[in-house]
Amino acid sequence: MTARPQVAVPVSPGVTPRKRTGALWLHLALLPLALIFLAPLWIMAVFSTHPETAIFSPNPPLWFGGAFMENFRGLQADTNFLRTLFNSTMIASLYTVFSMLLTSMGGYAFAKFDFPGKNWLFGLILATLTIPTFVTIIPQFILVARDLKLSNTYWAVILPTLANTIGIFYMRQAFQTVPSDLLNAARIDGASEGRIFWQIALPIVRPALAALAILLFLASWNDYLWPLIVLTQKDSYTMPVALGTLVGLTRVSWGGIMVGTAIATIPFLVLFLSLQRHFVAGIAGGAVKD
Amino acid sequence: MTTSQPLSPPPRRAGRWARTPKAPYLFILPYLLIFATFWAWPIVSSFLMSFKDSRLGADAPYALSNWSRLIEDEFFRTALRNTMVILVVQVPLMLSLATVLAVALNSKLLKAAGWFRFAFFAPLVVGTVAYSAVFRLLFNTDFGVVNRALTGIGLPAVDWLNQSGPAMSVIIMAMTWRWTGYNAIILLAGLQGISEDVYEAASIDGATPAQQFWKITLPLLRPTLLFCMVLSVIGTLQLFTEPALITNSGPGNATMTLGTYLYQQGFRSFNFGYASAIAYTVAAIAAVFSLIQLRLFGRER
Repeated sequence: MTARPQVAVPVSPGVTPRKRTGALWLHLALLPLALIFLAPLWIMAVFSTHPETAIFSPNPPLWFGGAFMENFRGLQADTNFLRTLFNSTMIASLYTVFSMLLTSMGGYAFAKFDFPGKNWLFGLILATLTIPTFVTIIPQFILVARDLKLSNTYWAVILPTLANTIGIFYMRQAFQTVPSDLLNAARIDGASEGRIFWQIALPIVRPALAALAILLFLASWNDYLWPLIVLTQKDSYTMPVALGTLVGLTRVSWGGIMVGTAIATIPFLVLFLSLQRHFVAGIAGGAVKD
Repeated sequence: MTTSQPLSPPPRRAGRWARTPKAPYLFILPYLLIFATFWAWPIVSSFLMSFKDSRLGADAPYALSNWSRLIEDEFFRTALRNTMVILVVQVPLMLSLATVLAVALNSKLLKAAGWFRFAFFAPLVVGTVAYSAVFRLLFNTDFGVVNRALTGIGLPAVDWLNQSGPAMSVIIMAMTWRWTGYNAIILLAGLQGISEDVYEAASIDGATPAQQFWKITLPLLRPTLLFCMVLSVIGTLQLFTEPALITNSGPGNATMTLGTYLYQQGFRSFNFGYASAIAYTVAAIAAVFSLIQLRLFGRER
């Protein structure tokens, strides 16, 4: 800095020299940390475009190569990857639609009606939030696989977590912002309860629904343990299950695995970038305090 | 009450039911059916099953054999100890980092805040299988990028996945990478709920940024931190994918967790009764931890 002590530097009000050095330190500390957080994603994307010889060479590549399609063909041959992609898409879509329907109907009732048993029921549902999902996994397996004989079907994956606890809590929160007067006015006009829900209340909470949809889709898309348990045939595998079988092997094609992980991840990174506001609101919404 | 109308007789039960609106029940019914079938009943059923030796068939008498086996089981003790080590190291590490990140991301001094948010929140869309695969590759002893970087700056390479301590630290690093941004988002939402006025008043009184952090931010963030802590503890107690895919529970059983042991007993050996006992132990530990956290960090109600 050249010494120009007499010249007043035009600064916006509130920005003192002390705050400026503070800002400098903040960026110096955050930048390397941010790069560390991005590095695994970058390496995944780059490695998906290189043959294994390059990945395991003394100087691993840091920029994209041309072997993506070759890796993809290997992955497709090993896992029937396109089939698992289709399965994952179907399961996550069906799960999202049905779970949104169940949780928004339930959340609406809890937010906008008074009825005997309401507090008791809601307390019961909330209490299960702190119970680890592990507790239910064995009875769920017996129910789905043995009693309902649904192994290797989409419904085996979808059914057990359809009545999503976070979802009903979140939708109740959303519907509480809908003015009751609006709903009562529609009642006076003679609209049925179903129609009031579908045509008046639901459109108002559309932003909350969008956030919930992303969260539900992502949770289903990335779920591993439950699909691993109920899907036993290769053609019914979801993408994480198929990738998991590859990673567990001693002789693995890492180029192919990186293609699979990139395909499982990068579309959501793009979605995340474009919908960051909804996404953040959705995650934060699950943590609403009293 | 000064009404001239005669008091109506107390409504009969049937009459009251007839006047109770049915709509809310119809709205909740689909949710409740699934909830009861796939959640509420399994919670009870799992408890009952933990008292049956399922290897004797479905009609086995109720007994304590699973629980007595659990007490003496050396593998269970290893899994429990490993899970606790990860819990005690990883959760505080992650939540401190997430708190600092949330404060930094919330700072008005930060330029390119959108870019930084992207960097720290990006890992939270990566599935556990995908990032487990990436971390397994990154920490490969001979070919991994991490060892290449270490030797590149003159440090010795580490045999990450074949030694118990390093294998455990890889799992802790992987989990921290994956979940810090998630907690930072929740904490960021909590921070944005704190009124600006509090900070303005404090800086007029001459409080330094550090004082403001310890005396204002942390206390007001306590409920949100508690929420993150309870969820993180429950999540860690159920840890499965990372030890299964990054280290395959090894070397030996060095990274076997309650999650991988439950999977092995339930879905490899199909010993449902014993696996249920493990599952209920996880639930009991989660309940104890939640109560302790509520006591220590919760508000008095």
